[in-house]
Amino acid sequence: MTVKYTEDHEWVKVDGDTATVGITKYAAEQLGDVVFVELPEQGRSSNKGEEMAVVESVKAASDVYAPVSGIVREANETLEGAPETVNKDPEGEGWFVTLLMSDPSELDGLMDEDAYKKFCEGL
Amino acid sequence: MTMNTTGRPTAPAHADHISGDATISGSKGLLQHEPLIFETDRWAETGVDLPKTKGVKSRLGGVTRKADVQLPGLSEPEAVRHYVRLSQRNYAIDLGMFPLGSCTMKHNPRLNEKMARLPGFADIHPLQPFRSIQGAMELIKELEDWLLKLTNMHSVAMSPKAGAHGEYCGMMAIRQALIARGESETRKRVLVPASAHGTNPATAAQCGFIVDEIGADKRGRVDMDDLRSKLETTDDIAGIMLTNPNTCGLFETDIREIADLIHDAGGYFYCDGANFNAIVGRVRPGDLGIDAMHINLHKTFSTPHGGGGPGSGPTVLSEALSGFAPWPLMVVDSSHGTDLLTYADHQDDMPGSDVQPVGRLTAFQGQMGMFVRALAYIMSHGADGLKQVAEDAVLNANYIQARLKHVMTPAFDGFCMHEALFSDKFTAEGIETIDIAKSLIDEGYHPMTMYFPLVVHGAMLIEPTETESKAELDRFCDALEGIAKKAAEGDPRLKGAPYSAPMRRLDETQAARKPVLKWTAPEPDQMAAE
Repeated sequence: MTVKYTEDHEWVKVDGDTATVGITKYAAEQLGDVVFVELPEQGRSSNKGEEMAVVESVKAASDVYAPVSGIVREANETLEGAPETVNKDPEGEGWFVTLLMSDPSELDGLMDEDAYKKFCEGL
Repeated sequence: MTMNTTGRPTAPAHADHISGDATISGSKGLLQHEPLIFETDRWAETGVDLPKTKGVKSRLGGVTRKADVQLPGLSEPEAVRHYVRLSQRNYAIDLGMFPLGSCTMKHNPRLNEKMARLPGFADIHPLQPFRSIQGAMELIKELEDWLLKLTNMHSVAMSPKAGAHGEYCGMMAIRQALIARGESETRKRVLVPASAHGTNPATAAQCGFIVDEIGADKRGRVDMDDLRSKLETTDDIAGIMLTNPNTCGLFETDIREIADLIHDAGGYFYCDGANFNAIVGRVRPGDLGIDAMHINLHKTFSTPHGGGGPGSGPTVLSEALSGFAPWPLMVVDSSHGTDLLTYADHQDDMPGSDVQPVGRLTAFQGQMGMFVRALAYIMSHGADGLKQVAEDAVLNANYIQARLKHVMTPAFDGFCMHEALFSDKFTAEGIETIDIAKSLIDEGYHPMTMYFPLVVHGAMLIEPTETESKAELDRFCDALEGIAKKAAEGDPRLKGAPYSAPMRRLDETQAARKPVLKWTAPEPDQMAAE
């Protein structure tokens, strides 16, 4: 399974035409304790780069952008009752949504793990 | 007569070896432990029991109260003490320096208070006949004149009741102007730089605009390349909302060019005037091409705030927006053989005028008590004194930056304006901005603004204002310098601060995730067990 990263610290895990999206470990650490996650409704379509969810920590509220265009298949409802999951396991149990991708070629513009690691070191 | 030569000892015994452990009552010296008012409830022991009335039929019908009112029962001295004890927990500008960046917590001169209590200002009512309050009306007029002179703007709306309300007033005026141009549906985009105040994007959204963020450059100012490319790629610009000096405590040096670019794109320029204190008497916003700006009387003009008093956010407008200022508008009524200042509430009150006000923002004319205080401040300083206000505010902030830059990391190079901004780069692994802020509480200071602006990592924003003396600034810097050194060394004690405050560090995460907003009585069996 391919995992890609954006400059806005989202990760995308690709399985066929479905992409699972969340925020990276780096982002979760920078945000601090997450206290609230606002997720999109099922069936909502977002274009790449559009604001898709909101994550709120004790320090700040941040928008989460759609890393690729697509339609929301499923939102991780456990985050509503247990936002701390984002801190505990950001790149696993703390996923935000799954998307049905409308243009998988958009993935080509994203970073792989090594490139993202280098990107974070430069921040 | 024998003299009593003993008396009581006047010096403390050497008792350093005795540790001050927790007290039996939970109080710390004369700072009493105070439970919630509901927890002190002894309903049965308060009030007077009246005999049941006989032979009177209730006329309340089905609306008779069936359950207890559930108010706590306290005797009068208990109630008084409860609130006085709570008030002792309060940190106030009258108690010490309040370095909260972006808030301009300056001293509230007592002369202002004396003026505001004059019966001609304090005891009047907004529904009184205007002919009986001409003195108060003239005071508002005088304040309007000062605000227009200081900003070189065309008109001013006095009714907004706080900064964000003033933003709302200005942005509604912009929307109204776009409606008048027939472009309200096509111009929806408001640009907001990352260095602007947090309320700016919220206001734009509230007024129905789409918010589009512009980045900050390496110098902490508006990224001009980003702005230019936004203007080139979009054709729906309604305007820009910018804070100057910005939230990084820096003057937006390209402001004239920004104004020209926005105007060329057909938009309006809103400037957040919350930081006007840094430039008052020195820079006139009207000269910079600004179309609308609110002025926080409770910051720049020393009226109380932060729980101490209501805010007041008069909004100055350029000639282009002037006709859209909200009702009421001050006019001169000459129909009684003399010139009376009065308010127009409706188009019919202003025959021959082509104003198109956005409507009404408040029930009456605004915060009269704050108008009196602000004018008292302005007049006691005079034009030359106000110039010095800006100068001293900037000097004080730069003094703090200069004194602390060897132990803390200034966020940007060069001089700052009225507030000094540091990042958390100097701290050792594991020590965060919040640990430094909480340690300041132990030193007797209200913490600085932290984690804002977002463009700086672990931001610490310190605004001393002009009213702190050098001696006080030194005391503050000594304390913060000491904490900063410990933070750089990674002193684990900082993680537990504050130690000497009435409450230790609170669990903000838990409070945000599972807020308890209502007191619930303990279960009856639990009460019996106690």
